[in-house]
Amino acid sequence: MSTADLPVVPVQQAPTVRIGALQWLRTNLFNTWYNAVLSVLALALICLVVERAVGWGLIGAVWSGPASACTEDTGACWAVLGEKGRFIVFGRYTYDEQWRPLVFLLLFVGLVGVSTFRRLWSKWLGLAWALGLIAMGVLMWGGVLGLRFVSHEDWGGLPLTVILAVTAGTFGFPIGIVLALGRRSRLPAIRAVSVAYIELIRGVPLITVLFMAAVMFPLFLPPGMNFDKLLRVVVGLMLFEAAYIAEVVRGGLQALPKGQYEAADALGLTYWRKTRLIVLPQALRLVIPGLVNTFIGLFKDTSLVVIIGLFDFLFGAKTALNDPVWRSAYIEVYLFVAAVYFCFCFFMSKYSQSLERDLQKSARR
Amino acid sequence: MSTAATAVASQAAAGNEVMIELAGVNKWYGEFHVLREINLSVHRGERIVICGPSGSGKSTLIRCINRLEEHQKGRIVVEGIELTNDVKNVDQIRREVGMVFQQFNLFPHLTVLENCCLAPIWVRKMPRAEAEKIAMHYLERVRIPEQARKFPGQLSGGQQQRVAIARALCMSPKVMLFDEPTSALDPEMIKEVLDVMVGLAQDGMTMLCVTHEMGFARTVADRIIFMDRGEIVEMAPPKEFFSNPRSERTKQFLSQILEH
Repeated sequence: MSTADLPVVPVQQAPTVRIGALQWLRTNLFNTWYNAVLSVLALALICLVVERAVGWGLIGAVWSGPASACTEDTGACWAVLGEKGRFIVFGRYTYDEQWRPLVFLLLFVGLVGVSTFRRLWSKWLGLAWALGLIAMGVLMWGGVLGLRFVSHEDWGGLPLTVILAVTAGTFGFPIGIVLALGRRSRLPAIRAVSVAYIELIRGVPLITVLFMAAVMFPLFLPPGMNFDKLLRVVVGLMLFEAAYIAEVVRGGLQALPKGQYEAADALGLTYWRKTRLIVLPQALRLVIPGLVNTFIGLFKDTSLVVIIGLFDFLFGAKTALNDPVWRSAYIEVYLFVAAVYFCFCFFMSKYSQSLERDLQKSARR
Repeated sequence: MSTAATAVASQAAAGNEVMIELAGVNKWYGEFHVLREINLSVHRGERIVICGPSGSGKSTLIRCINRLEEHQKGRIVVEGIELTNDVKNVDQIRREVGMVFQQFNLFPHLTVLENCCLAPIWVRKMPRAEAEKIAMHYLERVRIPEQARKFPGQLSGGQQQRVAIARALCMSPKVMLFDEPTSALDPEMIKEVLDVMVGLAQDGMTMLCVTHEMGFARTVADRIIFMDRGEIVEMAPPKEFFSNPRSERTKQFLSQILEH
């Protein structure tokens, strides 16, 4: 058959569907009588809740003043945050020096903020982090540059929570990767050690690990030798997280097609080069959601350090409420704490999503 | 160049120097005997096509040559180096042996250029600028220099396979192994890959190629090997192989694939 026999079909645009707001309401909310009833009921419920929340949290709220200003008739007693906020956020850190942990937090948030832009990843950013970390250490400890020394036993509140989570995460992550690789190793001894470690740590609650780190571990040390409690706790958290991260990373390693390993082998790359250049970049990309899940969990799990006597953010709130005058304002205080935790976790979640999108764009399969 | 002339020329250039020697090679997957007493010498500049029904061990055979698979009995010597459990030997051989896979196996997170430069930079310790120059040279040779900055996922199958060939060539290998390089391609892309391979053969590259492309085998191969159930059943120059196969199994196989 010659092509002349066939009519040429012109290229057409896909049909567009346009729906107005009314049309949308009719098809989605009021398409049957029971859906209409449900829609009306839901709307009434939403109105009621919003009205109550706004009335309590905004219109009737007491924003400042003494505890006596808050009564049965007034709404939320936000005045408690003005009075106790500093204690909740900074804990027992020397009162007059609390600008230092504040600058610490701002510095940290600033550096993280800048680091979210992948375009800015360079040597300079690494340098900025190095300098930033030194500055953070100087700020928190002091003892130099005319800053008064503050022992880390007096650290507390949000800075402590951030320090615990970030250090444990930063060091736990590479350990987790090594464990994941170890679990897939061809050498039986390495595999056995990795499996034993992962299963053992995953099999016990975090509280047990923290107790071991804080209380039991010193018993095994020779007398006179002692590691700092904060350090022991960070190490405990880190070792705990590593086991979870290892299993997440292993998922990524297994999802990678066998051909990728073979192609790297065939080119003569050594094991470590293959792992660093081919395997991990792809495997870690695949498990970003799981990794972020683990990090969010870690951030919230740090509140457990309170049971071994560290003064974290949540415990700061709890201690502040011991003041009989403000005791009734516990809802406001816990809402505040929840909001701060939410901000951190929501940021991690959103950032991971944008990172995934970014990486997908650059390497469409 | 006519087939006969090519064969004569390559024989002359080869000087009969043995590059790859397989002697009494055996391999088992559990109970299954995949390779049985394989004996094969490949001379420099020689082009060998390996064919046979699926499961006959032809892929396993060439994968043993760069030790993606381990043989359990017999000797394999490549460029004077014997393949043993010694990692150093294995690495040394892999540097000299290029491989092209059925599924391309490009690294999806790297650009085409980075795919090509990776091994020269990290294995051959070549400066990046030089590696990129070589990569562009080979990308031009496989006729896709304009795709250098793209990611593999943005290319067609035929283009990806040509990149895979360029990537292997960037290591300046002495031997190229092809493991069914056109089997995963859409029909209209097979020719562009075969053209590149024919070009390679004309330049005197030593090649071992597992393929079902009998047209390619007829024009390019110095010897065609037919494998069945882990054995080399027949080994002959193409003319003889197609016109006068000795074994019944070869006749049967040829009648099946040449019918259409």
